[in-house]
Amino acid sequence: MQNLFGRKRGSASSAKDRLQMVLIHDRSNLPPGVMDALRDELIEVISRHVKVRKSDVQIEIAQDGRKQRLVADIPLETDGQNR
Amino acid sequence: MVGSVITITSGKGGVGKTTATANIAAALASTGKKAVCIDADIGLRNLDVVLGLENRIVYDLVDVVEGRCRLRQAMIRDKRLPELYLIPAAQTRDKSAVSPSDMVKLANELREEHDYILIDSPAGIERGFRNSIAPADRVIIITNPEVSAVRDADRIIGLVEAEEKGPAQLIINRLNAGMVERGDMLAAEDVLELLAIELIGVVPEDEEVIVGTNRGTPVALDSKSKAGQAFRNIGQRIQGETVPFMDLGQESGFFDRISKLMRPGG
Ligand SMILES: Nc1ncnc2c1ncn2[C@@H]1O[C@H](COP(=O)(O)OP(=O)(O)O)[C@@H](O)[C@H]1O
Ligand SMILES: [Mg+2]
Repeated sequence: MQNLFGRKRGSASSAKDRLQMVLIHDRSNLPPGVMDALRDELIEVISRHVKVRKSDVQIEIAQDGRKQRLVADIPLETDGQNR
Repeated sequence: MVGSVITITSGKGGVGKTTATANIAAALASTGKKAVCIDADIGLRNLDVVLGLENRIVYDLVDVVEGRCRLRQAMIRDKRLPELYLIPAAQTRDKSAVSPSDMVKLANELREEHDYILIDSPAGIERGFRNSIAPADRVIIITNPEVSAVRDADRIIGLVEAEEKGPAQLIINRLNAGMVERGDMLAAEDVLELLAIELIGVVPEDEEVIVGTNRGTPVALDSKSKAGQAFRNIGQRIQGETVPFMDLGQESGFFDRISKLMRPGG
């Protein structure tokens, strides 16, 4: 849409994209590897009760104004075995 | 009178804190408010030259704090504006000469006789920053539309919140409309979206700022300067007025662009 009306994708958009990533990281101040550890452990705990589609599990930090929240999207197996 | 204390700070140095302090103070004073600015950048005095008051310094902030003079004696009155004063920083001392509680005490004394007390903070996150925000009723963060300045601003906004001095407000300084138009500078909207705080002003990049600093005359006193207009608008917003943001010729919105397409030559 942006490009339709003559705005070129200049360096400002990479500045914005890069800042978005950097600020998420600066604000949460999580040591490296924490997200992966969280993901693995969440899968482990939840799998004890219900079958999880492990490869599709997503954990990310979402921005809500200046606040951050941890969002986990954990799809379940839907082959009927869990019902 | 119970004056309001406004601290102007940033993460990164050189983004325009001193320029903004001088100009906002001049803007407030030119509308008849009593304004005093304090240079809290001890060891790197600068607000005096930006205001053109460097030849009149006798006493400074540290002299007041250490009791070598009365507060009045350290306040330099600007001859152009009857109600603009400066308390200069000490040049030969370091930041540890003043504590946050010294600043609170000083500000409380100034509140009794002034509408606005503006504090020009040093860059960074150490003693000088803590001194500057300790007495603040309102904190204004200044940044440039540029990667490292925005990143450091975000850090400072977090610290201001942690000190329970938030929510801070934002000035975006040195916006170059041509570069924004070309897609080579973050637009004001982008910076706002990233930092997610309230905007109180956008100041364009303007050669007149440097000319004004050369002369010791803040651009806010120059009715033709665009940056001067932006600083006057900030002064009005501080006083609670609703002033529309200036059209800096930057990034016309989506609908503007459509209407330009439909209205050839318009
Ligand atoms: N809007 C502007 N347009 C052009 N130059 C500016 C503008 N704002 C600040 N400057 C220049 O940028 C430099 C740094 O500004 P200064 O106010 O001293 O920053 P700080 O106090 O944050 O270190 C100065 O040379 C000043 O003249
Ligand atoms: Mg300065």
